[in-house]
Amino acid sequence: MRIECPICGNRDRREFYYLGAADYLDRPALGDQDAMHKYLHLRENPAGVTRDLWHHEAGCSAWVVVERNVSTHEVLSTALASDVKRAGA
Amino acid sequence: MGYNAIRILKEGLTGNKGWRPVWRDPEPKSEYDMVIIGGGGHGLSTAYYLAKNHGIKNIAVVEKGYIGSGNIGRNTTIVRANYFLPGNSEFYSHSLKLWEGLEQELNYNVMHSQRGLINLFHSDGQRDAFARRGNMMCNQGDDAILLDREGVREELPYLDFDNVRFPIYGGLFHPRGGTARHDAVAWGYARGANRMGVDLIQNCEVTGIDVTGGKVTGVQTVRGPIRAKKVGIVTAGRSSQVAAMAGLEVPVESHILQAFVSEGLKPAVDHVVSFGMGHFYLSQSDKGGLVFGGDLDFYASYAARGNLPMMEHVMEAGMTLVPALGKAKVLRSWGGIMDMTPDGSFIIDRTEVEGLYMDCGWCYGGFKAVPASGWCMAHLMAEDRPHEVARRHTFERFRTGEGLMDEEGTGSQHNLH
Repeated sequence: MRIECPICGNRDRREFYYLGAADYLDRPALGDQDAMHKYLHLRENPAGVTRDLWHHEAGCSAWVVVERNVSTHEVLSTALASDVKRAGA
Repeated sequence: MGYNAIRILKEGLTGNKGWRPVWRDPEPKSEYDMVIIGGGGHGLSTAYYLAKNHGIKNIAVVEKGYIGSGNIGRNTTIVRANYFLPGNSEFYSHSLKLWEGLEQELNYNVMHSQRGLINLFHSDGQRDAFARRGNMMCNQGDDAILLDREGVREELPYLDFDNVRFPIYGGLFHPRGGTARHDAVAWGYARGANRMGVDLIQNCEVTGIDVTGGKVTGVQTVRGPIRAKKVGIVTAGRSSQVAAMAGLEVPVESHILQAFVSEGLKPAVDHVVSFGMGHFYLSQSDKGGLVFGGDLDFYASYAARGNLPMMEHVMEAGMTLVPALGKAKVLRSWGGIMDMTPDGSFIIDRTEVEGLYMDCGWCYGGFKAVPASGWCMAHLMAEDRPHEVARRHTFERFRTGEGLMDEEGTGSQHNLH
């Protein structure tokens, strides 16, 4: 599997660290236990297209939102997490 | 149909023409007392113990594919009770005791072989941690022996003891650990459940779960609707999809775990050996193939196949531990879909929907749990309260943070186990 880093281009999967679902971009307010539980633990975990966060650890250190088909390992699109966050998506 | 030496001899001499299917292939009825979704090891054992321990006869197991077509038909077959934390410790201890009587219970040869499991350690700190784990195992009533370097050498002379990075200091020996024949476990439970009247319905994918007023009323399948008073979801890597049919979101992320089998070799590896520092473990099947595996690929996946980096890592770890492994050829490899929970421990619990129960989150260790998982899930479904040895395995522990069972001590987060 290779992942298109928006900054470095097409790179080997080994350069990236996988964090998990892009749910992590929407951190709820502290104190809301149910929302925090959902944020940390509950997952849609789809068997098709997913969006997850990868860290280009051995490259430019960017956080990347990767849209992937988890049933085929096909990478559909990538974007900088900072851009995604700014766009409010 | 009974199995015995005379029968096998007779069939062997007459072309094995007398064997008949050992479970029926029934049409689904319109209604059951209980429906189990998932005809794998855990679903079949749940149905078996519902019938056996709780006297419930009107049960269906609905399976998308064929019986035993999931992870029970493809795993590295290790059976052990070497857990550390309260909750896991008593559960796996119970499971191992059930394994020890399983062949008599089912009158079926599941080839349970208590060949002993050795977990290696490579530093003083690790030795302390393993001594502590061993004491916990003994306190639980199971067996553990701390071996020094020479003790390991006597048992496993083929290891590289003087590896520069991971010299072998010793190992924690669990003599009652071992392996079993994975599909025979599914077949044995299927045959036993069928005999007690459980309908095993194959090629029957569930497409919906009917919920009325917060209470489950049945399931929709590709072979028509089935009404049920209680429904159990026992679908491992597909837990999220099935739970979603009832509007539930569960703390599960499905990951991929690869395993490998070599060509058949003469007997060489007598135990199950685990090399935690390299995320590598090894045993030899009765057919002679070396069976080995490593860690997760560490990204969500349903592809049922892995990528090359983890394959390379496993081969390197294997060569580090057993240099002779380099002479063997890898025959095949596969990837299984693992239902990973944040703390790395499983869930057997009620859900927010009345009458709907879940048994999931087995991470990469579901095989050894098959007997106790079914035992406890059956207890939960029949009595509507958790079994003593699985009472800590709730959904609630993630919401509150109380009673998490993080066996590795790394934290309770999806990408850590």
